[in-house]
Amino acid sequence: MQQTGTERVKRGMAEMQKGGVIMDVVNAEQAKVAEAAGAVAVMALERVPSDIRAAGGVARACDPRIVEEVVDAVSIPVMAKCRIGHITEARVLESLGVDYIDESEVLTPADEVFHLKKDDYTVPFVCGCRNIGEAARRIGEGASMLRTKGEPGTGNIVEAVRHMRMVNQEVRQISVMSDDELMTEAKNQGAPYDVLKEIKMLGKLPVVNFAAGGVATPQDAALMMELGADGVFVGSGVFKSENPEKFAKAIVEATTHYQDYELIGRLAKELGSAMTGIDISQLSLEERMQERGW
Amino acid sequence: MVMKIGILALQGAVREHARLVEACGHEAVPIKRVEELKHIDGLILPGGESTTMRRLMDRYGFTEVLRQSSLPMFGTCAGLILLAENVTDQTCGHLGKLDITVARNSFGRQVDSFEAQLDVRGIDEKAEAVFIRAPHIVSAGSGVEILSETAGKTVAVRSERHLGISFHPELTDSTVFHQYFIDMVASLAAETIR
Repeated sequence: MQQTGTERVKRGMAEMQKGGVIMDVVNAEQAKVAEAAGAVAVMALERVPSDIRAAGGVARACDPRIVEEVVDAVSIPVMAKCRIGHITEARVLESLGVDYIDESEVLTPADEVFHLKKDDYTVPFVCGCRNIGEAARRIGEGASMLRTKGEPGTGNIVEAVRHMRMVNQEVRQISVMSDDELMTEAKNQGAPYDVLKEIKMLGKLPVVNFAAGGVATPQDAALMMELGADGVFVGSGVFKSENPEKFAKAIVEATTHYQDYELIGRLAKELGSAMTGIDISQLSLEERMQERGW
Repeated sequence: MVMKIGILALQGAVREHARLVEACGHEAVPIKRVEELKHIDGLILPGGESTTMRRLMDRYGFTEVLRQSSLPMFGTCAGLILLAENVTDQTCGHLGKLDITVARNSFGRQVDSFEAQLDVRGIDEKAEAVFIRAPHIVSAGSGVEILSETAGKTVAVRSERHLGISFHPELTDSTVFHQYFIDMVASLAAETIR
């Protein structure tokens, strides 16, 4: 008998993406550039985060026509974003044959109280997290993959670094806690006890955790791998750079060989300028996408 | 004798393979550079994205060296695609190690990915198999033995030196396929000594 949509099949799909780079694309042409550069998947969306930031208003899931166009253009997996808590956007993306859905704070939340109950779906989900509480709650809801929230569309890596360090530090703390300490930790974090128990038993998260939100240079991608990321999402970084094709290839190579500093230096030398960055302190609390979701 | 089993570590599920090689009592060696191939007895090509792996293999000189190499190899999913002589939607194969033609994504997209219990020739117990956007073997040449099928599609084959399967034993706790490969490596090594 063949069983689809099992936890192993959904988490396993993300395991296959490890050590790779997932790139935001807004059309078929960009998707082909990403595939040719060696991306392990593409994320279809209507506007990259820096443009969402600039445009303001409500950011929704991608037009199904763009999703279809991208699905037809490449043989690597296609991911797409839906708004936090938007059951129907998620179901529509699932019906379009998308391989992974990102329930993403980059889009305007549809529900400020409830995230999706993700284990109801056959398609797997990835979600953002800043700490072990958010990570464990998303896993508890059925997320099969995690990523740092970072601060999308800023070209500033500081928040992704903060979130990756925080989660890894908390995982290490949990792995040496006694069972009674674990229950108190679950209460303090608002995290499901069972998920924390699983983290303790494994000594690591039960799903892969990628870096996302502010990766703008090959050095940024390599830094996140150094800090323990399983792979990297690049949003605005690639197609907002001077030479997207070269840039995409450089990010892929820097992610694979993140400790080969000579190689990364060589790659960086050949690139034009990266996207312009934004200092996080210039963003008000309302402008910070990472504050969305809980 | 403890065998050194390399795992191509450019992208994909490297750690999972290492865990099972070690569970069999042998040494797992992640391979990121061509020079590192000299020190191993067999090589695993892990699951991941075959397009991505091929690009990185070309860039770091693996493709040519592995085409010439006589190392025993074991490919899972994307690794099977790399081993094949022909790939249906491409003009030529990657490493051309197994005389087979494979089709990519033959069971559908991710929502169609599945788990199944398989009968495998040469392995006594039922094998747990996790298929993720998996390829299948469309046809096999005369020197290739078919080891398993599901839903009418061939999903596991071997030749004298190469083992290729469509699915991911590395996502389970079962070591049967890794043990099978390591036995292959050991008997080939014994022959060379003789």
